[in-house]
Amino acid sequence: MANGARKPYYARNLWSGVLFGLGLVAFFDEAVFHQLLNWHHFYDKSTTRMGLVSDGFFHAFSWFATIGGLFMYADLRRRQALWKTRWLGGVLLGMGFFQLYDGTVQHKLLQLHQIRYNVNILPYDLVWNITAILMFIAGSVILFKTRRQAGTGGVTNPLSNE
Amino acid sequence: MGAVFLSNGRHRRWPFYRSVLWGIGTSFAILSVAGPLAERAHVDFTAHMLGHLFLGMLAPLLMALAAPMTLLLRTLPVKNARRLTKLLRSKPVRVLSNPITATILNIGGLWLLYATDLYMLMHHSLILHVFIHIHVFLAGYLFTISILYIDPTPHRHSYLYRGIVLVTAVAGHGILSKYIYANPPAGIAADQAQAGGKLMYYGGDMIDAVIIFLLCLHWYQAARPRKNAAQVTWQNR
Repeated sequence: MANGARKPYYARNLWSGVLFGLGLVAFFDEAVFHQLLNWHHFYDKSTTRMGLVSDGFFHAFSWFATIGGLFMYADLRRRQALWKTRWLGGVLLGMGFFQLYDGTVQHKLLQLHQIRYNVNILPYDLVWNITAILMFIAGSVILFKTRRQAGTGGVTNPLSNE
Repeated sequence: MGAVFLSNGRHRRWPFYRSVLWGIGTSFAILSVAGPLAERAHVDFTAHMLGHLFLGMLAPLLMALAAPMTLLLRTLPVKNARRLTKLLRSKPVRVLSNPITATILNIGGLWLLYATDLYMLMHHSLILHVFIHIHVFLAGYLFTISILYIDPTPHRHSYLYRGIVLVTAVAGHGILSKYIYANPPAGIAADQAQAGGKLMYYGGDMIDAVIIFLLCLHWYQAARPRKNAAQVTWQNR
């Protein structure tokens, strides 16, 4: 049954994971780097206008994504269509994507704020972005694997005779 | 409250929790315009911001959850209730209750207030002061009911549409908070603007999280799988 219900919700498993992963890493960023460690600044004088807008939209979207992603997870569960491995792949992909975007575009390109102040920033940037890439790769591997398991690439062709 | 007693005589009992929500909601609204918090708001920007969070976000949300229109419709005589329903269905209400219009009135109004000299002018004119506070409350209420359908809503929009508008509104609110942090409104000291901006940012996030949660919950309830319906829909796609 669980396998049978999976296929129609193949994409939703991925999206639920991606949304939740995105929200999770943004929440982690806020809680740990802004509040607990006080490394990140709420506002940095070098912040560009675009940086402010980009940060605002990403923050709002991740707030929505965390909650929405979890409701999608609950929806998949009650439909017995939850595919945990694929969902986890989505989470890693979402986390990796957001952290990479934050570490490259927002921190560097738009100068939103730096990871930490009054230190040599290079090792911090490297650890930050390499972790992001590793999560992104791990997520992709899981997604490709589950895709192969699903057989037809996941998309059911309504015109096929299968 | 009078309406609750009146209509309880004729209908199923009005849920007690809705009366409580209404009571707490109106208390927050009154607290922000009268009393010690409102007094402090004249000299302390953080107190002003707390008052605005209450008046423009928390009170509207609690009051919307109390479903006042439902209560009004079942309390009014049928003839008047029909007139009210007709008004709710009218074109101007449709335009006004569109989430995008509500967002522009709500967030756009805030940008006007804090990013121009309006904030300073407000403290010199009583009429402007009263008008702005009424606007903040009404726009906040309109925005809340344009996103969350608690009361009968004739002009409805999809969850996706409301979700996208909500994210945009939350972003607009967050960006304005940081803008205030960096560019204090005329007459506000930098440290006050920073504290106020942070309060607006995190306080707004808390209340927005409740709105997001309720919107998702409504979707979750509406998307409940019905027997076989899911498979039928799937096969017909």
